[in-house]
Amino acid sequence: MSSLGFECVNVIYGSQEAVYALDENVRPGEWLCLIGPNGAGKSSVLRAVAGLVKYRGVITVDGSPIDMRSPRQRAAMVAYVPQSPLMPDDMTGAEYVLLGRNPYISYFGSETKHDRALVVDVLDRLDLSSFAGRRVGTLSGGERQRLVIARAIAQEAPILLLDEPTSALDIGHQQQALELVDRLRREHGLTVVSAMHDLTLAGLYADRLSLLHQGHVVASGDAAHVLRPETLSEFYGVSVSVHRHEDGTVVVVPKRERTL
Amino acid sequence: MFARRRLSRWWIAAAVVLLVAAAVLGSMIGPAGGITSANWDIIWNIRLPRVVLAGIVGSMLSLAGASYQGVFRNPLVDPYLLGAAAGAGLGATLVFAFGRHATQSWPVDPLPLAAFLGALAAVLVTYLMGASFGGSGLSLVLAGVAVAALATAVQQYLLLRHSDVIKEVYSWISGRVSTATWGDVRLVTPYVVVATVVLLLHRRQLDVLRVGDEEAATLGAEVRRIRLVVVIAATLGTAAVVSVSGLIGFVGIMVPHLVRLVAGSSYRLVMPLSILVGAAFLILADIPGRMIEHGGETPIGVVTALVGAPMFIFVLRTRRVPA
Repeated sequence: MSSLGFECVNVIYGSQEAVYALDENVRPGEWLCLIGPNGAGKSSVLRAVAGLVKYRGVITVDGSPIDMRSPRQRAAMVAYVPQSPLMPDDMTGAEYVLLGRNPYISYFGSETKHDRALVVDVLDRLDLSSFAGRRVGTLSGGERQRLVIARAIAQEAPILLLDEPTSALDIGHQQQALELVDRLRREHGLTVVSAMHDLTLAGLYADRLSLLHQGHVVASGDAAHVLRPETLSEFYGVSVSVHRHEDGTVVVVPKRERTL
Repeated sequence: MFARRRLSRWWIAAAVVLLVAAAVLGSMIGPAGGITSANWDIIWNIRLPRVVLAGIVGSMLSLAGASYQGVFRNPLVDPYLLGAAAGAGLGATLVFAFGRHATQSWPVDPLPLAAFLGALAAVLVTYLMGASFGGSGLSLVLAGVAVAALATAVQQYLLLRHSDVIKEVYSWISGRVSTATWGDVRLVTPYVVVATVVLLLHRRQLDVLRVGDEEAATLGAEVRRIRLVVVIAATLGTAAVVSVSGLIGFVGIMVPHLVRLVAGSSYRLVMPLSILVGAAFLILADIPGRMIEHGGETPIGVVTALVGAPMFIFVLRTRRVPA
């Protein structure tokens, strides 16, 4: 299990500041969910950890700065599931998941028996064995999403980043995907950071929520603490009603502005 | 699952058979008739170098095409994308405009050298321009379009000023292997071998790049370095073969696509198959040119398009295009 730390991290695109002075410490095995309106900087935080955008400040894994590592070493520490992955239609499921082994294969080398066995094992544990020989282009959105998660698991990185993992899925597949992530996180001791729009789902699965607004963390804590009507109305500009179930589930429902 | 690996050996074996058949056919057919001891000289000194050179050129253009398509993730890309063709054309035009009679007494024929340097210079300018726009795949392609337009404009200006050499220049541009000698083969072989080895070594990396620059980077691939090395190797090989054969079009796009249509899009298979099928295709394409016209030969570049385009359309109609 690994911890992920942010010390005064700024992400800047040109003159536009997307993330401002982020200080955050994600504990080993914790699931942190970043929420906030569009453009708040959620994706930028994930992309900074994945090495896709330049940033100022320090991002650490287990206390050591992540940008000291080579791209392959970094990929062995951090697996990233993008919002809309590019999946070559005619790759088979197994070939696609095998891409996750890239950090462990030398530049001119090819995969070993171990890599192939690991891919078979990952597919098996994620109930995806039947997709192993099928072309990715023939799979449904939910099946593809599970395959992307399988690729990230094959990467054997202790930190898993998920950018809007459920935005393209129906409610059943949303639950299926998030349950899968939660199960894998417990089995593998993964530290998970996700960005999500669905506040109810975010509160349901994450250990902790951080609300971002214009690049600043404005609230952080468990669902009951962050998902309050007055907080959400201030930063999302919406009026919502928040219902609390007896089991601790927090449900966020938008209110219609027009009164009947 | 990974069963395609076993299947791929069969595809390679089939392609080797095709190549051998093409080579045998290419050495047997010609105006002087089939193989007899009397015309062994013709076969050894005229037909064989031509078959070998056609094979080398075809394999290099196909492999370079597949590689460019891989690093730019664009199926419409050909080996001439970054200005190699326009640069080579300009280099050759300069030699023709300067006067072939003046260079006849030179110890080395400057034509291949000028074409080679022209192609390399054009791609170098493209790369530097593209890098200054940000170095993404798209900025490189756009820079290539600009450089090609510039080189072509200069070439056209030169041709207008020296209209007496237009026919020679166009004959060169259309491509030919009919005048091939063992000297040509020796000239290009080192470049083609180096380029081929480097490109083949990158075939797994090209599969990783299929998920896009960003995702490939998160999988630990050094995308820019891979693109740079592959572009350099593919350009070197292309410039070398263009310098002896002129501009033979369509092979670099068509062959990798034919291969993908029948054997799938994994570069680990597309690259070696493109080498074999490209060589076979160009050897075969060189045969009709010997017979269509009496007195003069039809340039092979014309044949590749005339034969290749309908064949390509036929295959596209019968198979679904993989992305």
